[in-house]
Amino acid sequence: MRTYTREQKMTIIHGVLCFVSLLVILQLWLLTASMNAYLGGDRHVLWPAALVSLGLLALNGGLLSFLYRLQRS
Amino acid sequence: MEQGHLPPSGSEPPNGRSWHEQAGWRNDFPIDWAQDHYVQRREFVKFLCLTSLGFAVGQLCLLGSSWLRQETRPDRKEIARLDQLNIGQVVSFRYPTERHPCLLVRLGPDEIVAYSQLCTHLSCPVVPQLEQQRFFCPCHHGAFDLHDGRPILGPPRRPLPRVELQVEGGVIYAVGVRASTT
Repeated sequence: MRTYTREQKMTIIHGVLCFVSLLVILQLWLLTASMNAYLGGDRHVLWPAALVSLGLLALNGGLLSFLYRLQRS
Repeated sequence: MEQGHLPPSGSEPPNGRSWHEQAGWRNDFPIDWAQDHYVQRREFVKFLCLTSLGFAVGQLCLLGSSWLRQETRPDRKEIARLDQLNIGQVVSFRYPTERHPCLLVRLGPDEIVAYSQLCTHLSCPVVPQLEQQRFFCPCHHGAFDLHDGRPILGPPRRPLPRVELQVEGGVIYAVGVRASTT
């Protein structure tokens, strides 16, 4: 991995932090919307919602692992 | 500053002054502030990722619960005789199981409706208020339209589940329950 200065690393981590926060808020919205649909008897949205939620989790995990690799570089 | 107490390369004290201008205790315990800030933010991202994992698990639990509760059409159940039901009369019954209280209301000669009695907000039992054409939930002052079960007041956002009815030979039967999001 390319080496960065400390200032660059701080800028990167702030960007990642904002992005991960947005993704987590999106996941929360997805969960509440799915719960509403489930209680309202609409089960068709649950599969796509679960897949999207897992995708967001994978993205968050990837960004976290990027931060660990960034620290080691 | 003694050579043995030099802070890690590239670190800066939090007040922005040089290390020679720092108090003695800070020279004795030099902390790599930039690294400290980086680790703090990385740990926060880690916490957010765990939250994300929790949401994904919740989503999977919903999916599992939905899979376990496969839709099966409940049995038909007799509720009342049409000729014994006056206009404006309310009949309480339980459907599809004994744990599901419902209300049947005759609104007109040809208009009969039945809904689950459990409020869609926090499952308090609703009471009919015919003069105001609504079902009222006394727990949080929610209300539902008497004719279609839509929420019209208070915290509930979903309509009352509607009990599907069938009239056959002058007898009213409950044949299913239909929940909806709007």
